[in-house]
Amino acid sequence: MIRWLLLFLGGALLGGIVHLTTVIIMPRTATQDAYSRLARIAPVNTVTALPLPTPESAPMPFMDSAFASAVCRYDLSQGPLKLTVPVSLAYTSVSFYTPYDVAYYAINDRAAGRRIIELELMTAEQHNQLPEDEDITAADRLIVESPTLTGLIAIRALAPDPGLMPMAQGSIAGARCEQQGEPKPSR
Amino acid sequence: MRLLLGSLFALAVAAVVGLGATYLALTRGAAFGALSIGSWTAWPKTGTVEADPYARAEISRSGRLPIALGDGVSFTAQADDNGKLLDGRCDVILSGVTPAARYWTLSLYNMNGELVANSVSRYGFTSQEIVRNADGSFEIAVGPRANSGNWLPTGGVERYGLVLRFYDTAVGVSTRAGREVPMPSVSTRSCP
Repeated sequence: MIRWLLLFLGGALLGGIVHLTTVIIMPRTATQDAYSRLARIAPVNTVTALPLPTPESAPMPFMDSAFASAVCRYDLSQGPLKLTVPVSLAYTSVSFYTPYDVAYYAINDRAAGRRIIELELMTAEQHNQLPEDEDITAADRLIVESPTLTGLIAIRALAPDPGLMPMAQGSIAGARCEQQGEPKPSR
Repeated sequence: MRLLLGSLFALAVAAVVGLGATYLALTRGAAFGALSIGSWTAWPKTGTVEADPYARAEISRSGRLPIALGDGVSFTAQADDNGKLLDGRCDVILSGVTPAARYWTLSLYNMNGELVANSVSRYGFTSQEIVRNADGSFEIAVGPRANSGNWLPTGGVERYGLVLRFYDTAVGVSTRAGREVPMPSVSTRSCP
């Protein structure tokens, strides 16, 4: 009797380890997470507009149907990326995710404070390689450091009512994400 | 023989306990740092790099892209204020006010996170579409039958969840704007 009880306790302890391991491994093995779903439809280093979610089909679950959205799946191995997003009339935001769908940065039109959200995305290493004077003189340059070499940028514009959806989609259509090549000192 | 039998028993217990706990944690929402106000629950940390392993696993299992905290915060309700699960065949009333945000949106999803088909193709509301009372409060009727005023159709599905997203807001960012913020009440009025 005692023997079986001990075996049960041992099994339960092992179960705890199994539980923690599966939870930690899950994001690395998931094939139906948002990044994997979008990787199938979004080419690298270019902006892809996402279709509006409908009851029949949606690129991802739990999408906000009031937003027009686009994604840029990026790969920084060839150099930094430049992102420009025109601001729509209502609300525009740009969010950055790692390949495991963890959001590490977001900015909206009001925080950007201009008619256009303009920023440069690079790894910490690429940031360090920037010539120093260039970094200082361009005080209004917004530089975002990506913790990973690849990832996802989600660009979204709100349509406050359904009639404004074409306007929101139009402003998203003007978004660009482009490879810059290795940063070189200009001048 | 006894050793083999014993080991198999222990391994079976380990598999059941381990995988069962993982399944329960990911379907019931076991991430830390939940912010609950009335029927509404948000996990503001889920939209940051500080997301804990449970939140990360739940995100990748669900397949959604979480709202980044710098963008907004999303509150979910699966049940009304009395703890009754939301039923698409009943008339549910949302009423009250919302915390300060530049915009908010309300959406209705089935349990898989899909929008629910309905005759008027309305899947949610934004803060600008809503018809309000003179004092700024509002009432939204969530139900299967057409309703005057703000009507969010359920398409008669058995179970659904409501997601209230606040954009450009301090809710969830500062601890001050925590549990004291006003959220709309959720009450089931009538069930067939």
